[in-house]
Amino acid sequence: MVSLNLLAVICFGYVAFLFAVAFAAERAAAAGRTAWLRSPWVYTLSLSIYCTAWTFYGAVGYAARSGLEFLTIYLGPTLVMVGWWWGLNKLVHIGRTQRITSIADLISSRYGKSSLLAAGVTVLAVVGTTPYIALQLQSVTLSVAAFAQPDPAQPVPADPSATAVWVAVGLAIFTVIFGTRNLDANERHHGVVMAIAVEAVVKLFALLAVGVFVVWGIAGGAGAIVERIQASPELSAWRIDGARWAGLTFLAAAAFLCLPRMFQVMVVELEDERHLRTASWAFPLYVFLISLFVVPIAVVGLEALPAGANPDLFVLTVPLAFGQEGLAFLAFLGGFSAATSMVIVAAIALSTMVSNHIVMPIWLRLTRRGASVSGDVRHVVMLARRLSIAGVVFLGYLYYRLSGGGAALAAIGLIAFAGIAQVLPAMIGGLFWRGATRNGAMAGIAGGFALWLYTLFLPSFGPDVVLPAALMAEGPFGIGWLRPYALFGIEGLDPLIHSVLWSLSINTVLFLAVSLASFPEPLERLQGAQFVSALGTPGGARSWQGGAVQTEDLMVMAQRILGPSEAQALFRREAARQGLGGYLPEASPEFLEVLERELSGSVGAATAHAMLAQMVGGMQVSVQDLLAVADETAQIMEYSARLEAQQEELTRTARQLREANEKLTRLSVQKDAFLSQISHELRTPMTSIRAFSEILREMGKDGPFDPDDQARYASIIHDEAIRLTRLLDDLLDLSVLENGQVSLNIREGTLSDLIDHAVATAAAGEDGPDLRIRRDRGAERLPLVTDLDRLSQVFINLIANARKYCLSEAPQLTIRAGGGGAWITVDFIDNGQGIPREQQDMIFEKFARIGDQEAGGAGLGLAICREIMARLGGTIAYLPGQGGAAFRVRLPARAALAAQ
Amino acid sequence: MGKHVLVIEDEPNIVEAIRFILHRDGWRVDTHSDGATALEALRAQRPDVVILDVMLPGRSGFEILRELRSEDGLANLPVLMLTARGQAKDRETAERAGVSRYMTKPFSNAEVLAAVREMAGP
Repeated sequence: MVSLNLLAVICFGYVAFLFAVAFAAERAAAAGRTAWLRSPWVYTLSLSIYCTAWTFYGAVGYAARSGLEFLTIYLGPTLVMVGWWWGLNKLVHIGRTQRITSIADLISSRYGKSSLLAAGVTVLAVVGTTPYIALQLQSVTLSVAAFAQPDPAQPVPADPSATAVWVAVGLAIFTVIFGTRNLDANERHHGVVMAIAVEAVVKLFALLAVGVFVVWGIAGGAGAIVERIQASPELSAWRIDGARWAGLTFLAAAAFLCLPRMFQVMVVELEDERHLRTASWAFPLYVFLISLFVVPIAVVGLEALPAGANPDLFVLTVPLAFGQEGLAFLAFLGGFSAATSMVIVAAIALSTMVSNHIVMPIWLRLTRRGASVSGDVRHVVMLARRLSIAGVVFLGYLYYRLSGGGAALAAIGLIAFAGIAQVLPAMIGGLFWRGATRNGAMAGIAGGFALWLYTLFLPSFGPDVVLPAALMAEGPFGIGWLRPYALFGIEGLDPLIHSVLWSLSINTVLFLAVSLASFPEPLERLQGAQFVSALGTPGGARSWQGGAVQTEDLMVMAQRILGPSEAQALFRREAARQGLGGYLPEASPEFLEVLERELSGSVGAATAHAMLAQMVGGMQVSVQDLLAVADETAQIMEYSARLEAQQEELTRTARQLREANEKLTRLSVQKDAFLSQISHELRTPMTSIRAFSEILREMGKDGPFDPDDQARYASIIHDEAIRLTRLLDDLLDLSVLENGQVSLNIREGTLSDLIDHAVATAAAGEDGPDLRIRRDRGAERLPLVTDLDRLSQVFINLIANARKYCLSEAPQLTIRAGGGGAWITVDFIDNGQGIPREQQDMIFEKFARIGDQEAGGAGLGLAICREIMARLGGTIAYLPGQGGAAFRVRLPARAALAAQ
Repeated sequence: MGKHVLVIEDEPNIVEAIRFILHRDGWRVDTHSDGATALEALRAQRPDVVILDVMLPGRSGFEILRELRSEDGLANLPVLMLTARGQAKDRETAERAGVSRYMTKPFSNAEVLAAVREMAGP
């Protein structure tokens, strides 16, 4: 008799270990040490969430009841991995290029980014996955109970006790912590994936250990076990029913492709498409190993344990019966691993779908102009995702309580498989058939789903729970050919095969027929072409027409969804690709396309499309795009692609030339103004000096004079002389910097000290309005190796500018530091009016002033800052879309500089 | 009763210097530092002489002068333009706009005084 407390301690310790693994992986990923996280082996092991507690415990039970039939569950995925590799490759490629976040997103994206379809698939996935989560909870509860039960012959009480609750709560917490760290569902959850991989090793090792013990410890070697199998009355009578075998294999293959959790690990979490190559042989190997000892364990269990012992628990009860408690613990941990990893990944996958395809569309509809004005979208999505995780796990628990945990493990799993397989026709059709339409997909999925509910899912609760017993026996209203288990009068079939046959056939027929009968919308055609020819010609159709929208507005929206630094990096990259400097690319169709894809990585294709459409104002599909879709001739495609590349190059050059020309024109005007400016700046203080020195000279000549006046006039002369000197200093400084004659005084320091110093210096001697400065000292703890005096000069200038030009009633300056990568960035953001778009690239020129502001200064400060940053190997730029005026200083990080 | 001069100039030290020079000579001196509202001040005050800077906040001295010359009551008002921009084309611009006298900064106090006296007439 094993103490349950010990079991609880082991469980808790194991979970703590998983937390540590996930946490370490997240840390390693954050620090950029991802080499071993990106290994194809981790990917392969993560695929093993296909083998849940159902396969861990249930396969042995299955073998004990139905012989070798359990192999079909492994045969399906193996066939897919080996025989349909090219199809998988295409699926994965599309998933990555289109930034697909889930199976629902895939279907919706293919069929014209339809929100309705996405929501439908999501509902289907939730309904299909719930029984499966219940199954995992049940397996953990049963296995705990098996330890408490001294006599394996007694039926294990299906005790829906505290165990299931605790497991559910613990899993929800783990998943919320590690599954919603970043919003972009397309980014890998390194922690989760690593934990899953570790669990995959644990379950394989546990099952192999039990198998080795059974074969060599009990039976006495490989030869002996074969004899026992031959002799076993249950297993020797192999019943191989061809139809059922084919049906089950097909079902397992379909589920392997369509299960939300499989899609999550196979497509969404994939780092590198080449990993699929390794997985295509390594995953079947894993499956082979895990199924190797199933039959021996079943045989020994049937022999050694009294009749009536639950075969689903042989993996546990056989070691227990032979007094091997350590081995039993290991087996328990294996089963526990299998159960928890499935629930975690399924919850992540479903929560992404629910938040992207149900919560976000509703939220968008409620806040009509939402995309551009209202609050933080990231917050909404995050919250939706966390709540959905809790909701999904709770649903699983609820199903477990309702169904009473009575049915054999394998049966529930197969029901879930059949449900989720309804997505298959629309998915495969969408990948390979251009003629597939949204209406077809919807009709097929809805029809198949309804039939599955009626013929399999609802009856599975037992007579009179959902469907009345009379309906089950005689059909609705006494119509015999509508009986759930004997549709259209076909009797005698296994209920599962019966349901799969009918639901998938009707599904496929509806899908084909409606697709042929309906006409796809332009967007569906475009998406269809992109999906079907995914591995062929790159690029292809474009759906946005640029122009109407302000890039700055897009940036405001993108920052809310992607987060400021990702959005800024994206805009900067795109601007550079267009040959422009700064952060604002032109709103070209290509750029909108890229932006939409990035957004869809966070909120799904349909939602991203709707948000962008709100801002850009509807999409247009041009005649050329449709022609490109219709055009099948590879030669013409290639030719036009080449032309397009040339044209793109020309457009790029033209854009650069235009920008250079505009800048030259402006510069020439400015050069002309330069002499004027310099004359003005020098003459103004000189005027005061001359006038007052003449006054002083003549004082007393014609009458008495006031000594106070004399002192004041002298101090005016003094101040103006200093102003002149400062101006000359600035001019000389600038000239030295521009000619590159400056020698840098490189020292070490920390960013926070430098900002302290700059804030103090900028505050001294100024009596302007009180400027409140907001800082995050934690983020500023960054080491610097640079010319600290020069960098400080830049900071002082920026702070002083905010003091002078920020016209807010309560002026405030936010200084925000960021580092970690190759660059250190420091943003200075005030809450004033900001700088108009057309002046943003002029402010760094000499004597540039915004509008008519004359708040002292000669207009050389930012020009000097720009030169200094260039000398220090960094940049300073205006950062649009931040509310007020915002400047970003970028500096190479310590390592980069030290390496030079 | 001294004659009235309006100084339109935004640099406070220069304003103070001119005020001192003219005040000592018995002038009534008013000042205005904003280009945008300079014309309204002129209409309201009707000075005998105006001293006008070129680079003013809100509106340039050239524009003020041009508009002033096209107004009935102000067309003949004597205007002394002071500018820190010393280029020849600035002088031309000022003359085309109808300036009475044109001086570059820095100026000699005596010259300013002489010019203002002369423009105000007997």
